[in-house]
Amino acid sequence: MNELVYLVPLFPLLGFLINGLCRKQLSKSLTGIIGSGSILVSFVISTILFWQVKSNGALPVDPLFTFIDAGSFKIDFAFQVDQLSCLFLLIITGVGFLIHVYSTSYMHDEEAPHFARYFSYLNLFVFSMLLLVLGANFVIMFIGWEGVGLCSYLLIGFWFKNDNYNYAAKKAFVMNRIGDLGFLLAIFWIIEKFHSADYAIVFANPQGTLSPADITGITLLLFVGATGKSAQIPLYTWLPDAMAGPTPVSALIHAATMVTAGIYMIARSNILYTLAPSVQAVVAVIGLATAVFAATIALKQNDIKKVLAYSTVSQLGYMFLGLGVGAYTGAVFHVMTHAFFKACLFLGAGSVIHAMGGEQDMRNMGGLKKYMPVTQITFLLSCFAIAGVPPFSGFFSKDAILSAAMQSNMLYYVIGVLGALLTAFYMFRLYGMTFLGSFRGTHDQEHHLHESPKAITIPLVVLAALATVGGLLGIPEVFVKDSNWLEKFLAPVFAGSTALTQAKPAEGNSSMELVYMFVVAAIIVAVIAFAWSKYKKYEKTTEPETGLGKVLANKWYVDEIYDAIVVRPLNALAGFLKNVVEKSGIDGFVNGVGRFVQYSSRQLRLLQSGLAGNYILYMVLSIVVLFVIFWNQTQIVQFLENIF
Amino acid sequence: MDITQILFWILSALALFAAIMVLVSKNPVHSVLWLIVVFFAISGHYILLNAQFLAIVNLIVYAGAIMVLFLFVIMLMNLNAEAEPQKNNWMKIIGVVTGGLLLWVLVSAVRSAADMSSRTATLKTGDIGLIQNLGKVLFNDYAVPFEISSVLFLSAMVGAVVIGKKD
Amino acid sequence: MPIQYYLTLSAILFCIGVAGALTRRNAIIIFMCIELMLNAVNLMLVAFSKMSPAVEVAGTNGGTDAQLFVFFIMVVAAAEVSVGLAIIVMMYRNVHSIDVNFLNRLKN
Repeated sequence: MNELVYLVPLFPLLGFLINGLCRKQLSKSLTGIIGSGSILVSFVISTILFWQVKSNGALPVDPLFTFIDAGSFKIDFAFQVDQLSCLFLLIITGVGFLIHVYSTSYMHDEEAPHFARYFSYLNLFVFSMLLLVLGANFVIMFIGWEGVGLCSYLLIGFWFKNDNYNYAAKKAFVMNRIGDLGFLLAIFWIIEKFHSADYAIVFANPQGTLSPADITGITLLLFVGATGKSAQIPLYTWLPDAMAGPTPVSALIHAATMVTAGIYMIARSNILYTLAPSVQAVVAVIGLATAVFAATIALKQNDIKKVLAYSTVSQLGYMFLGLGVGAYTGAVFHVMTHAFFKACLFLGAGSVIHAMGGEQDMRNMGGLKKYMPVTQITFLLSCFAIAGVPPFSGFFSKDAILSAAMQSNMLYYVIGVLGALLTAFYMFRLYGMTFLGSFRGTHDQEHHLHESPKAITIPLVVLAALATVGGLLGIPEVFVKDSNWLEKFLAPVFAGSTALTQAKPAEGNSSMELVYMFVVAAIIVAVIAFAWSKYKKYEKTTEPETGLGKVLANKWYVDEIYDAIVVRPLNALAGFLKNVVEKSGIDGFVNGVGRFVQYSSRQLRLLQSGLAGNYILYMVLSIVVLFVIFWNQTQIVQFLENIF
Repeated sequence: MDITQILFWILSALALFAAIMVLVSKNPVHSVLWLIVVFFAISGHYILLNAQFLAIVNLIVYAGAIMVLFLFVIMLMNLNAEAEPQKNNWMKIIGVVTGGLLLWVLVSAVRSAADMSSRTATLKTGDIGLIQNLGKVLFNDYAVPFEISSVLFLSAMVGAVVIGKKD
Repeated sequence: MPIQYYLTLSAILFCIGVAGALTRRNAIIIFMCIELMLNAVNLMLVAFSKMSPAVEVAGTNGGTDAQLFVFFIMVVAAAEVSVGLAIIVMMYRNVHSIDVNFLNRLKN
């Protein structure tokens, strides 16, 4: 039964191969069935594995084959099925399946070969993500890591005929790569110290093998990798640009799964992070800064997908904050709930864009409530979830992080709450501008408005339901004793960390905690009401933004700064290398060799005068020389030996 | 110094002087004549060494036949001093220098040969140069090469005729 | 006479022949220098024939090989001269000159 786990990534891989290789022969419905069906089978197997792990704990799995075998260094292609990977498996395959079904309807305008190409890329993505979370050592995780980066590039640039999309895809890939360098260095360091990359070996007793400097270095480098993949400061600018891809891609990759790979990696290495409190502080600070920074930018964006993208960056910042203060369960909980409500939000946005015939600017929307009821309800529920209104799922997961932050440092808590307020505001700004008020678009668009087909609305409903009730999995201790099911489930994975932090007694003033919680919730509801009323009567204006609004609307000019500091100097360097070093230096040298050979051969040719008399002269001279050499053999050999 | 030694030195000097004059003469006819002098000197050496047969044959064949042939050809082409092409001075110097180098090498090799230093070539005595002894050895031991040399002559004649045909 | 005198004389004659072959441009003169070289060698051989220890014993035919070799060298020289002069005449007929520098078809 333990070998069942190898079937989980197998089906998406098969789906990728079939859809990819036979894309000219398959019809669109068959492609959709193969693509979604493979994920469904994986989901079923994941649930089976989940039940097994729930009752029996982590499952032992034999390695499939030896990936690298070099002397004393061995890396197996092995999977690890424990609570953390099971949970991620369910999220990936479950939400993935819903998004695949959604895509069959959303992408139906594409021609059959491109439709099949899309599904093959999606399946490849799911395969890589499954490898990432199932791997039993850092190397397999890295394979999956690179695979999802590749698929992100392929899918962002899916409509490859548009140069801007290609540029966005390239930007995503390059920024990922910068993070990957940190990750690779960390892996090399780990392998150098442990002579293995297996989790079991590395996490067994890290203090024994690593010095504190080692641990700080490794965790810092791993975090650099996480900033690249999970879009934290300073490597986050690719995520808003990645909205160039189709909306289901944004939902799956850039909301629910790929960007959470960094969280997974740090959660998996939790014992290393607990042993490096300085790096944990760095993680928390960067996460918090990103959360607030991205929220401020989202306040002034007008493209519906860009708002959601910055919202994703902001929520990821919260997850990193959770990891930084030691609330590993809270962070993973937020991953789960975020997957639900963010996927629902993105899919809802896709539904709106679809109905608006491709329009993405919120200033041209409005009043869609009466045209698209299902979309509107699901969107509203997800908005409540992301804002953190009880009893929706977002409230419980965000609260788990914020209360842990309060215990660590009150400042974290205050700023975190500020970020939550901003979140509520911009999300309901988005809702208000899109669904409330009166329609601000063109007449043709108004005629085209309709509710989306079932393949789109059913996933929306499922995800909204999960976003609403998903919080029940992790009700904190303050409400009901012993009710945090998720914490108990994930306890074995984080056992090492909890053992180490047990030295600090838990500040459990539970009544104060309740008070804080409800005060914050009340403020959030007030902010929501304010935003609702403000944007219900939103009027489209054409006057440009001024002052702080302008800075926020231009994303704090971060892209421009990066362009000036990094991109232009690199281009200049490349230009210099091409024109000077390559042309004059290397080409000059290589061509020079050729020219020299030509010159010397021209000179040598003069010896061949065709006159026999000259040849006789050469002959006689050579005979003389040979005589001399032959005669003085020993002396010449001695002389040469003295030189060399 | 007895008479043989004096004769040896005189003949050597004559041969060398004549050889140099062969090179230096502008008129090819003069070169031929000087070469004939060389041949006479060498035949003189042969007689000193008591190789009588060879001395006579040398004179007859070389000086008599071959040089006459050379003269015929020179006359045929009407060569005289004006028509003689001249090599540039550079090549002349190099040629002489090369020859000198070769000489130097050969002489050094000869002088350092250990088992040569004590040997002498006997003059005036010895029977081996006499025609009857030579003839005996020639027709007993070297009969086959003798016959083959006649074939060689035949082929040379045929070759010369074929090459010289005007057609 | 010590054999070295003959060796040296022969070497000098040979090298004069070499210098002449290299220096002159007239084909016939070059040919004559070749004959000079051959004669130097002949002289050498005859001198060696008299050097051979077998000569001491009277009546035997110890060193005749060298002299017969000289005989055959003369045979070959004669044949070679006939053919060579025929070639030179041919060359004169074609180019109307016997300057060897005109024979540079092998150039480059």
